[in-house]
Amino acid sequence: MSSAILERQANSQGLPGLKSFRGPFLVLLVFAVVIPQVHSDYLFDAILTPFLAISLAALGLNLLTGYAGQVSLGSAAFMAVGAFAGYNFLLRIPGLPLLAGLAFAGLTAAVIGIVFGLPSLRLRGFYLAVSTLATQFFVQWALTNISWFSNDDTSGVISPPPLHLGGFALDSPVRRYLLCLGVVAVLTFLAMRLVSGQTGRALIAVRDSELGARVLGVKVLRTKLFIFAVSSFYIGVAGALWSFAYLRTIEPDGFDLDRSFQILFVIIIGGLASIRGAFLGAAFIVVLPLLLSRAGAILLGPGFDSGLVDLVQKIFLGALIILFLRLEPAGLSALVGRLRIRRNAT
Amino acid sequence: MTVAPALLTLEDVDVVYGAAITAVRGVRLHVGQGEIVTLLGANGAGKTSTLRAVSNLLHAKLGRMSRGRITFDGRSTAGLPTSRLVSSGLVQVLEGRHCFRALTIEENLITGAIGRRASKAETATDLELVYALFPRLRTKRAVLAGLTSGGEQQMAAIGRALMARPRLLILDEPSMGLAPIVVAEIFLALTALNRDQGLSILLAEQNATVALKAAHRGVVLENGRVTLTGIASELSARDDIRAAYLGLNKPPSSESSRSKSIEVVA
Repeated sequence: MSSAILERQANSQGLPGLKSFRGPFLVLLVFAVVIPQVHSDYLFDAILTPFLAISLAALGLNLLTGYAGQVSLGSAAFMAVGAFAGYNFLLRIPGLPLLAGLAFAGLTAAVIGIVFGLPSLRLRGFYLAVSTLATQFFVQWALTNISWFSNDDTSGVISPPPLHLGGFALDSPVRRYLLCLGVVAVLTFLAMRLVSGQTGRALIAVRDSELGARVLGVKVLRTKLFIFAVSSFYIGVAGALWSFAYLRTIEPDGFDLDRSFQILFVIIIGGLASIRGAFLGAAFIVVLPLLLSRAGAILLGPGFDSGLVDLVQKIFLGALIILFLRLEPAGLSALVGRLRIRRNAT
Repeated sequence: MTVAPALLTLEDVDVVYGAAITAVRGVRLHVGQGEIVTLLGANGAGKTSTLRAVSNLLHAKLGRMSRGRITFDGRSTAGLPTSRLVSSGLVQVLEGRHCFRALTIEENLITGAIGRRASKAETATDLELVYALFPRLRTKRAVLAGLTSGGEQQMAAIGRALMARPRLLILDEPSMGLAPIVVAEIFLALTALNRDQGLSILLAEQNATVALKAAHRGVVLENGRVTLTGIASELSARDDIRAAYLGLNKPPSSESSRSKSIEVVA
């Protein structure tokens, strides 16, 4: 009598359905308990922390582009806004807790996101993508040229303040990694709730047929601006984590158009409209090149020309991307889903 | 005009696209409480433009209502966003169905409840009503809408609109591209809704035979103007209507019967 979807909806509105969160929870457990036992600063500092930050940014973009169908090339700009806003809030409000600083960073990015999301009310597809380029260029220009943002530092490269969480100093790679993991886990959980409820259906409705959504009484304009804000919040927090926990420096040049493209490629390769896809894509785009260059250095020996290793690695990565997309145009997420169905069938 | 108070009235409505093309000129029509009215006309006659004007959907296609007045339930609809019209009970099923292909049939139906912010219990009740009306949707409820047949998508589109609990249901060519047996099923459901629940319906159609059989009254549009209005049964008995829209029985004159036979072949 009562339908499966409504049960799902009921779950997403009350207590989360334990079953649908079991897989992600087990993964989280591994990342929170098992992996920190490994004693390798390299693993946390150079691989896992940037992986988490890029995953979060990709998750934010996937809410906007994957679920709501609004293409954006301004992700790096929102990361930059988050990084600089977080820096300024922590700098100028003494005693502001780190998590509050991160939240303010996200909120600032969300406000900027709403402003630069306004063109989406009229533009679609490629035209919207081009208008988001304006965000990318404007934000980078403003952060470079208005010295107040970087606290009048002449070098243009500034360092984030020491990170504290409660009484804990986040001074080791593992601790910074755990900060990222905690923030990413909470925001991922909220995103899963968001997309499985009525809001998620409204987003997909706007994507699949804007007119169809409008005629049902979905407030299309409000829905679009809402998802621009949420997406920018996520990407802003990701930018703050990227510079505070990973790079340990903040500079506008790190958030150029290349970074925007990188995040777009993460969700295309990982899978559009998929939470899991953001993480799989980030693993592919961020972690794989690092592993490849390590493997290359080990295989070819220390005396080898590092430029050549770099080149070979890029060719290899490019070939892998083509191969994966040929095998599964819907992204790694769909590939994993298919493998799982096949495994369950046997 | 009749005893039933008009739920929807259009007075002298003009619709213009891009300040250049006038698609609808001076259209007057009304839909009474509990009435089924059908809007007949060929392609380009202005049916869709008229219906989009009613739901305030013209600006999405760079069109606007340049003249006239539309009232729903006694209140002017000018400047009201579509979402407000939906929550006041004026719900449209678009031409071409516009199902959300990445959502299942059931999820599509549930999106229909967004506009009126229905509670979970209401949504569940309405879902059962839709499934009772279109049993086929129940069997397909977990299937992605993009993978279902055209008939099922049309049923889902109508069901989705019903989830908004309309008082006036507007349908733009529900028979488009569907097999006659599916069209019959859909019209049976629409007349049942009208008979049993008193749902008022405004229906644009090219399939005049089916539409006039279901409707109480008909309005004929040609080149954006109303050329004829009347009781459905009288309209379907008129020779000119039969010739123009039903493609049947032209009066016996040798010349026109020849043109008739050509029409049938075409």
